Amino acid sequence: MVRANEPEEPTARQSGGFQALAERELPRLYRVARRLVGDEAEDAVQDALLKGYRGYGQLEDAAAAPAWLTAIVVNCCRDRARARARRPEVVELDEVEEFSLFRTIADEDPYPYSDSLHLDFLQQFGAEDVRAVLASLPERYRVPLVLVYCEGYHVKEVAFFLDVPLGTMLARLHRGRKLFERRLWDYAREYGLLKEGARR
Amino acid sequence: MITCAEAVRQLWDYLDGLVDESQREAIEEHLSFCRRCCGEVEFAEELRRFLAEHPETELPDDARARLVATLEELEKRP
Repeated sequence: MVRANEPEEPTARQSGGFQALAERELPRLYRVARRLVGDEAEDAVQDALLKGYRGYGQLEDAAAAPAWLTAIVVNCCRDRARARARRPEVVELDEVEEFSLFRTIADEDPYPYSDSLHLDFLQQFGAEDVRAVLASLPERYRVPLVLVYCEGYHVKEVAFFLDVPLGTMLARLHRGRKLFERRLWDYAREYGLLKEGARR
Repeated sequence: MITCAEAVRQLWDYLDGLVDESQREAIEEHLSFCRRCCGEVEFAEELRRFLAEHPETELPDDARARLVATLEELEKRP
């Protein structure tokens, strides 16, 4: 995708192309950034525009430009998330691996009069709640989960964005799903969503 | 014959089409007789929908204006 020995700055023709590309992609890039870094989304997209502008001249395949720019945004978001994190969170993966939200809801039966227990559980969560649960996940698990399931990217595209082997991406996605289930339950317990009619 | 634990471990990958043919057959065989794991599949599908439909803030006009201004500044660079 990238040719060696190209000038660092884009040519006039190419930079015009970059502006058109970036303007067209801004809504999508911003939404991805919002999901990954919340209120820092605009700053992350600004970072990505500067990096993208510098690198655009080296981009060989114009059709790959949207994915290339998305990868830059994702990595700018990751840089910001890492800078914000005081230290990497230790996650008890063995415990999480065995957790099943479906079984836990069935066993704990939080809404005894419900005939759609599992759906009722999910319906307790508003957009802010889901955002908070996703934000609580460590960056390495949150990013694949959000990009695949919220934004609809294919796992191979996400592996490309993150520059990791597909197997690594799939392992992180698997752990991200399990951890998300666990955190949904913990959040519901902590914020009183396990009471009949808590939010309806 | 796979166990419930093995089936559950692979359910999302199954729904995402990320399992190979033999894994898919093993999971579907298990689901053909295990009602509980069928419930797990249905709930996994609900969770996928839940995430996909989770809304996110769209690009506000003022943020768009600032980002476009950045692009225009970049264009003016010598």
